[in-house]
Amino acid sequence: MKKQLHSLLFSATLLMGSAAHAQLRIEIAGVGSNQIPVAVAAFADESVAPAQVSAIIRADLERSGVFKVIDARQAISDSANVDLAAFKSSGADALVVGSVSKMADGRFQVRYKLHDTVKQTQISQLADAVSARNTRLEAHRIADDVYEKLTGVRGIFSTRITYVKQDGPRDYKLVVADADGEGEQIAAHGKEPIISPSWSPDGTKVAYVSFELRKPVIYVQNLVTGQRTIVANEKGNNSAPAWSPDGSKLALALSRTGNTQVFIVNADGSGMRRLTTSNGIDTEPRFSADGQSVYFTSDRSGGPQIYKMSVGGGQANRVTFNGNYNISPRVSPDGKTLAWISQRDGGFSLYAMDLASGQEQRLAEGATEPSFSPNGKYIMYATKGGGRTALAVVSVDGRIKQRLSTQAGNIREPSWGPFMK
Amino acid sequence: MRNLKSVALIASVAAVLSACSSPKLQETPVVEKAPVAEAAPPADTSRDIRPVETGNVDPLNDPKGVLANRSVYFDFDSFAVRADGKPVVENHSAYLTKNNGRKVLIQGNTDERGGTEYNLALGQKRAEAVRRAMNTLGVSDGQLEAVSLGKEKPKATGHDEAAWAENRRADIVYQ
Repeated sequence: MKKQLHSLLFSATLLMGSAAHAQLRIEIAGVGSNQIPVAVAAFADESVAPAQVSAIIRADLERSGVFKVIDARQAISDSANVDLAAFKSSGADALVVGSVSKMADGRFQVRYKLHDTVKQTQISQLADAVSARNTRLEAHRIADDVYEKLTGVRGIFSTRITYVKQDGPRDYKLVVADADGEGEQIAAHGKEPIISPSWSPDGTKVAYVSFELRKPVIYVQNLVTGQRTIVANEKGNNSAPAWSPDGSKLALALSRTGNTQVFIVNADGSGMRRLTTSNGIDTEPRFSADGQSVYFTSDRSGGPQIYKMSVGGGQANRVTFNGNYNISPRVSPDGKTLAWISQRDGGFSLYAMDLASGQEQRLAEGATEPSFSPNGKYIMYATKGGGRTALAVVSVDGRIKQRLSTQAGNIREPSWGPFMK
Repeated sequence: MRNLKSVALIASVAAVLSACSSPKLQETPVVEKAPVAEAAPPADTSRDIRPVETGNVDPLNDPKGVLANRSVYFDFDSFAVRADGKPVVENHSAYLTKNNGRKVLIQGNTDERGGTEYNLALGQKRAEAVRRAMNTLGVSDGQLEAVSLGKEKPKATGHDEAAWAENRRADIVYQ
């Protein structure tokens, strides 16, 4: 098993290194239980395209921790007749095959098939014409299809993440990258800090807090056009923006009344109203999955704890009871799990709670600023190591751990983007 | 008539020239005194000099003045202005009440320990404590805004108590 894992790691890092402008390196530790063995063949003629499709698929499936990826050691076209029984005897339950061809208009035709070697049937297929630039994205989409067909859960390989990168004392960048860390693009760049980025549910905008006006102000930026608007610049602090699930509203933390309290505002900044009413600090609001409640951090009982209240107002109910310092509530997309950061034994750890039973589990140590993947299976967070902060990922059952490391700079404040069409 | 006109002319020229601190005129016009009138003549300020202190600036910009000190420090987990911060609060409050067109941003900070957003709120508590103290001393609301930088802009970059103490701080920033 260990030897297998080493060879997987080797091939994963080799693949990352060969991609152009690779900024993050993925190190995988820990494996899931009951991995599904999948053989992935090289795609016929895939070297005509700028991205090696089968290599990206292989890396995605390995990184998920859910599959034992077997190299088919040959190129197999989607149009080929395959001896599926032979693959079954070699230990694979499923086989991924495909082809790439260059079209007259310069685009690439990418075709793929997923076979069940046990039932000896075809499970799935895709065929798309994509631009050179989007061959990488197409590979991720195929990996998502394999993941979904074999686990029943939608894949996150074609999603994007955003995070803040600090390259020097007065050099802050808001970066958007693919979920595997490739394809970094700078969305905002300046001399003053940026914190708390938050994707809109439709994936077209990011809300964030910038200190460029010498105080925290909330901006919403359209990623495609680069246009941004100030959603809140009230007297005092404006921070912690969080979108409602339908994208129509933002919950915010404002100190305009003197102490930091949670407010709700329309996405264009209009219709501001106060939600929490304590004399202490109420901050870090997050909508529940059904948009009817807001979880938030409050120190109304002394130290910071997590509370929940209805968007219509009223009583706030306390959610966390262990430890004296519980912050940064995050709700899973299906609304069943709460993740947060708890200070225990002197350090900050990532915890997850099943909201129905209240049962909690520690997922990772040395963690802050968590963000759920849109399929609810993974949590990305910031962690310190070697004097720098970097991003890491842990599966919600705590078994699979990934670390995204960079050559230089500090990376923090991750926000995992939504599923896109 | 001619005499009066030239006297008036010379007098006004003399007044202008002496106001410009140029060398004094040798000639002194002879004024015919009215023999009877007892009403006190209007004060002749034509030879007064109004002094100017060259290089006198706003006390705010004096690097050696008390207003150069603009930072208030806080104990760990505390949001109360300590005794050593009171002179800073008092000096700037005195200046702002005298100069009520000036505005300040009070920026609160925390040390590096703790979560980003929660620390932003804690820093704001420190700024608010200073703001309230200045408001109490008579500075108007419109001149004061309490904000926070949380732990995002540490002045001291170490990871020990000395650095943390330096960063638990509210700064008065003139707009």
